[in-house]
Amino acid sequence: MSTNTQTVTVGAPAETRAKRRPQLSEGARAERRLGWMLCAPAVLVMIAVTAYPVGYAIFLSLERYNLELPQAIKFVGLSNYGAVLSSPFWWKALVVTVIITAFSVAITLVLGMLLATVLNRTLFARGTVRTISLIPYGIVTVAAAYSWQFAWTPSQGYLSSAFNNSAPLTNQVQAIIVIIIAEIWKTTPFMGLLLLAGLSLVPEDLQKAAMVDGATAWQRFTRITLPLMKPAILVALLFRTLDSFRIFDNIYILTGGNNGTGSVSILGYDNLFNALNLGIGSAISILIFIAVAIIAVVFIKGFGTAAPGTDIGRR
Amino acid sequence: MAANTPRQWASWGTANLVVIALALIPVLWLVSLSFKTPTAVLDPSYFPAQWTWGNYSGILKTSQFIRPLINSIGIGLIATFIAVVLASMAAYAIARLRFPGKSVLIGMALLIAMFPQISLVTPMFTIERALGLFNTWPGLIIPYVAFGLPLGIYTLSAFFREIPWELEKAAKVDGATPFQAFIRVIAPLAAPGMVTTAILVFLFCWNEFLLAISLTSTTASRTAPASIAYFSGSSQFSVPTGPIAAAAVVITIPIIIFVVFFQRRIVAGLTSGAVKG
Repeated sequence: MSTNTQTVTVGAPAETRAKRRPQLSEGARAERRLGWMLCAPAVLVMIAVTAYPVGYAIFLSLERYNLELPQAIKFVGLSNYGAVLSSPFWWKALVVTVIITAFSVAITLVLGMLLATVLNRTLFARGTVRTISLIPYGIVTVAAAYSWQFAWTPSQGYLSSAFNNSAPLTNQVQAIIVIIIAEIWKTTPFMGLLLLAGLSLVPEDLQKAAMVDGATAWQRFTRITLPLMKPAILVALLFRTLDSFRIFDNIYILTGGNNGTGSVSILGYDNLFNALNLGIGSAISILIFIAVAIIAVVFIKGFGTAAPGTDIGRR
Repeated sequence: MAANTPRQWASWGTANLVVIALALIPVLWLVSLSFKTPTAVLDPSYFPAQWTWGNYSGILKTSQFIRPLINSIGIGLIATFIAVVLASMAAYAIARLRFPGKSVLIGMALLIAMFPQISLVTPMFTIERALGLFNTWPGLIIPYVAFGLPLGIYTLSAFFREIPWELEKAAKVDGATPFQAFIRVIAPLAAPGMVTTAILVFLFCWNEFLLAISLTSTTASRTAPASIAYFSGSSQFSVPTGPIAAAAVVITIPIIIFVVFFQRRIVAGLTSGAVKG
């Protein structure tokens, strides 16, 4: 709705200004200076907190650096990476992370689509239903994770007693399923809201016309709704995938990474705070950073996801 | 929408009830646990047989929870304030001004929005210990501002683009400098967007866990979610279920209040950043 008006109003002055651009009048130069000045603080903070530490992490990852052996700090080249990449712990953690990411994102997408449809077609108390469905998004992940943990504790939790007093958190596969359920519960509202916003861009006339032409509900969904929602779906998927790949809180509370349920983030945390090994921990950090970068590039180049915000630049 | 038959009413109504039930059951379970007596905690029934305020009075008496709660509120508010101020400056520039390097800034914000926090833990731990920031409020506020900024820049630039451009021009014609035009004309119009952004950034800070447990070591700066993970029972092997549930409910209440009062704003903010672009 507002998207159209916004393009029109902002488009016009941008054109006129583009024509004036080569001369770079006093006003344009002042505008340019002001632009830089206004952005500088934000840029500085973002660089100070991310680029600089990552650079430092690369440096640390090339050293043998254990806090327990401060005398033994030594430059060792890529051998930390060799140690991580040849360790079964890294690969197990990576597989666990990929499984949790793949299942939770796929199921969240389907459930988010259902939620968006329900919210879109709600006949009464639309605001109330939307508010309540937002609670899982807002609730602190740690609080939610405790709710799931206690629910699955034998002789204590309602879910455990409903399933024959089982103890799923002590079994690798079952624990991963519980972690995935906790992830899905927490993130479906976010997915649903993003998809709902995409759904509202699908013109109702088009749906009605297809209905008149005799298209079934499923045909309308796959032929009209899905293609029109593709950009919204891809952006939602990109965000969810990267977020899920970083999973930490849920696993930390639910299993502490025991019984082969640790994600790569848990592995990195353990290497720093339990093994106090800064060199190996940094190598893991950098490898996770590379994995996340690969996922982002695959989404943006491979699926043609418009990176959110890219059209701000064009305007 | 087309006329709805009673059957459609019934099926969409059921769907609504399912959504509400699925969203609330885990939350109500936590509430129910928090009211159970220490012995009844070992009873798997969903509702407590006997209600008690004991868990709440217990956690509100110890500095193990009160201090982290104060930390959470203080760190969250300060980080939110700084992030919203810096993000509105940058978003204003992105939405309104023409200057080279704009797309670099947007790309950078996007990168940071996707940044894996674990990659920061090791270097930040080392850097903050060297600078004396480890286990202090600024030690958490600074990274929270940095991660709040991309969210703020996206949401705010989406809001800023909808503000009528002519008003700013009119102010400039009346002799206002670009800075005055920003403070006097645009900022009041942008207030709703800034409130939305502030809520989203605060929710992020309130929720954050990985950095909160990694960059703190005592209750001097540990936030509430992190402190719950350090609750200990009367013996090493007993989990203090009741107090944990009560603490979890206490940190959830502000969120529910936010969601109830600002539902529309939260939805607008979440979707403006991601879908509209």
